[in-house]
Amino acid sequence: MELVVFVFAAAMILVGGLGVVLRSHPVHAALSLILTLFGVAVMFVSQEAHFLAAVQVIVYAGAIVVLFLFVIMLLGVDRTEDIKTEPFKVQRPLAVIVGLGVTGLVTAAVITSRDVVATRGAGIIKPAMTDPDSNIRQLSRSVFGDYVVAFEVTSVLLVVAVVGTVLLTRKMKPASKESQ
Amino acid sequence: MLDLIWLIPALPLAGFILILLFGRLLGEPKAGILAALMVAGSFAVTVGVFFELLSKTTEERHHVLKAFSWVPIGSLHVDLAFLADPLSITMALFVTGIGSLIHLYAIGYMHGDLKFSKFFLYLNLFVFSMLMLVMGENLLVTFLGWEGVGTCSYFLISFWHTRESAATAGKKAFVTNRVGDWGVMMAMFLAFGATGTLSYAGINHAAESGALSAVTATGIAMMLFIGACGKSAQLPLYIWLPDAMEGPTPVSALIHAATMVTAGVFLMTRISPVLSIAYSWAPTIIAVIGVATALFAATIAVAQTDIKKVLAYSTVSQLGFMFLAIGSGAYVAAIFHMVTHAFFKALLFLGSGSVIHGMHHEQDMRKMGALRVLMPITALTFIVGWLAIAGVPPFAGFWSKDEILLFAFAKSPILYVVGMITALLTAYYMTRQVIMVFFGEARWNDHSEENGAHGDFKPHESPKVMLAPLVVLAGLSIVGGALQLPFNHNTKFLEKWLEPVIEFGEKDISGTWADNNKYILLIVAIVVALTGIAVSYLVYSKKKFAAIEPNVMAQGWFYDKGISNFMGGPGRKAFDGITWVDRTIVDGAVNGVGKLVQGAGGFLRKGQTGAVRSYAAAVGLGVVALLVWFFVRGVVL
Amino acid sequence: MSALIAAATPTTTWYLVLAAVLFGIGTVGVLVRRNPLVMFMCIELMLNAVNLTFVALAKRLGDIGGQTTVFFVMVVAAAEVVVGLGIIVSIMRKRPGANVDDISALKG
Repeated sequence: MELVVFVFAAAMILVGGLGVVLRSHPVHAALSLILTLFGVAVMFVSQEAHFLAAVQVIVYAGAIVVLFLFVIMLLGVDRTEDIKTEPFKVQRPLAVIVGLGVTGLVTAAVITSRDVVATRGAGIIKPAMTDPDSNIRQLSRSVFGDYVVAFEVTSVLLVVAVVGTVLLTRKMKPASKESQ
Repeated sequence: MLDLIWLIPALPLAGFILILLFGRLLGEPKAGILAALMVAGSFAVTVGVFFELLSKTTEERHHVLKAFSWVPIGSLHVDLAFLADPLSITMALFVTGIGSLIHLYAIGYMHGDLKFSKFFLYLNLFVFSMLMLVMGENLLVTFLGWEGVGTCSYFLISFWHTRESAATAGKKAFVTNRVGDWGVMMAMFLAFGATGTLSYAGINHAAESGALSAVTATGIAMMLFIGACGKSAQLPLYIWLPDAMEGPTPVSALIHAATMVTAGVFLMTRISPVLSIAYSWAPTIIAVIGVATALFAATIAVAQTDIKKVLAYSTVSQLGFMFLAIGSGAYVAAIFHMVTHAFFKALLFLGSGSVIHGMHHEQDMRKMGALRVLMPITALTFIVGWLAIAGVPPFAGFWSKDEILLFAFAKSPILYVVGMITALLTAYYMTRQVIMVFFGEARWNDHSEENGAHGDFKPHESPKVMLAPLVVLAGLSIVGGALQLPFNHNTKFLEKWLEPVIEFGEKDISGTWADNNKYILLIVAIVVALTGIAVSYLVYSKKKFAAIEPNVMAQGWFYDKGISNFMGGPGRKAFDGITWVDRTIVDGAVNGVGKLVQGAGGFLRKGQTGAVRSYAAAVGLGVVALLVWFFVRGVVL
Repeated sequence: MSALIAAATPTTTWYLVLAAVLFGIGTVGVLVRRNPLVMFMCIELMLNAVNLTFVALAKRLGDIGGQTTVFFVMVVAAAEVVVGLGIIVSIMRKRPGANVDDISALKG
């Protein structure tokens, strides 16, 4: 059963990923991204990370991609990009090298060390019908317990990001006040 | 008086400074009179010192006066000090004596010249330098004077510098002298290295006591000889002396007859102990070069038409005789000949100056003739000089030349024969000059218009201020021989006087065939001289035989031209090659570094595309590299 | 056949390899695409690959810290997207249809 889920989700992820890279229309790329994000959410669920799966769908697919689409529409960069030509001749081969290199090396590292990875922690509590919030509980204990400083800092980060972006995207007014 | 020997060089120096500051104010003729008085004052002090030295015993005739400590560096201690001993006082006597006579003469000769005071400025500076040279207590003070006379020679030869030939001649003299100066410097280094001192007393003492090795002594002597070749115009560095006749005649008389050119002979005599302990081939080389130069120059003099050039080559020839003497170990004879030569050569030059002055600056002898009627005193004094140089007794030149040839015979009969041939030629060309200038038909009317003379041109006698020095020098040329008569020990005044200086190096020829038969050689010399005069008389006066004056001899055996062709041709190519090396390789290397950096920078600049994606690609490549490294470290190793 | 299918359970390694592949795809996308927004999306792909890795390893190692990390990654990714899109908006406002290659003012 898990295999089927895995294959299905993997297919979603890969198709979506390739779609993002290969589709010339930005909106199509955004939609492909959504497909990938959903696939990843399914993977999260199969890895006992239920809360994160939900957050993934709500935040990533629901907010971030929507934001992307807003900006696409705002800027009018919806014109298709000419994907056939490449001004830097060396870029494509380099990209291939980098992509293959990264993928291959990480895969090789993972495969060669699969026996080395051993259990360390206290274990992930599988949510059961009797206790459906156990994952959230465990996660929140971790966030607000061991990593509470990081949490606070992250909240500051969010405020800074919002304020900063508002400032960055402001249209500068001319110096003279006689506008009427 | 001995404490005042510093006055001897100081008076001309004072004259130099005074004329430098007030020359234009003084003008003509006061500047000249001031200069002459300064040198005359020097002469007076020298005479005083001479008599004081005479009153001392032979061993005591060595007085050093230290002015100040000049170079106290490490182990090198050189003082600016003056040495009053027989040799230096002899030199100073005739430098200042003849110098003051020539200053007097020049007042008349340079009359009307625009740069009158400048002339005497340089003349006084020259006398100062020459006195530093001869009165120096060590090699460095002498070298100071050596360079000084070279510089003044340059100034004075190119005195009429608007004339291209004069400017070139001045440069030639200076550059040729510099080549010789290298030799003197090397000798100084060698001497200091071997003995730790530059003073003559120290060096000669080291030579006499055996502290100086034969190798070093040969090195020092040969290096100084190279310097002497430059200064005293021997082969191969004589080329500047004939061209130096571009300078005014008083300059030729003072510098190039009596004083500067004798500096080389003086220096070799000063270090006679060193030369005497050198390898035996060293003096031989000196003698051979001396006699070869003498013969070479004499052959050229036979074919010259300029009145001063004949005397110039004659000077080179007579200097060759002096070096022949030094090479034969006859230092006394060398000094003797130097003194008598100073008398009669200065006389001849001043006389020729008088002729030139009277002929309105005509110098070609072919345009002269029969001048003895119109310039009687000049002619008479010139004839005295002629007899002296030709070697006719009892005039001075005969005794000194005979002394040299005596020692030359003792060294090698071949040297004697070559010397005799040269003496024959000397008599021949000097007679030729006298006949062409003072006797025969008057040829000056044929070409007088060419010289810018006006209408009825008639050569005239020179003013008294120019004639007086001629008379004095003529008198000296007659009696000068008395300094060193070879008859017996009592008459050899010069030898006794110079004994403390040269006794170590002087060769003793008593007992040789030459010494035993010196009267025979004396008579041979007289016969040779008279033969030369007679043959010349037959050729030029009676026109019995044709004159042999081939072009090759007139052109100096093309030696000068050969050097300029060599330097201009292959020499120039060599220099151009060196310049090319410097420009291409040396500069190229330096510039190349710059270009390399520039090129590297330009190449690296291409990496700054400004495009985000290429930066991203670079980051990606870095990531791959890191991954490879971690993989290799973690998994493979 | 179904027995074979039933027998092969995806191990952690499979998830990790999948994440690596997704990461590679994202990298290639960043390097190849010229539209700034699409490039951003590819970066999101890479972030998701990382998240997947962390979650898989959290399950494997039994450590909740992996999931905590993913939590924070998501927060920061959101903030990053906000700021990044803000920058893109302010740069690209004036040049419609521009792509990343045109912003080359730092060309040396």
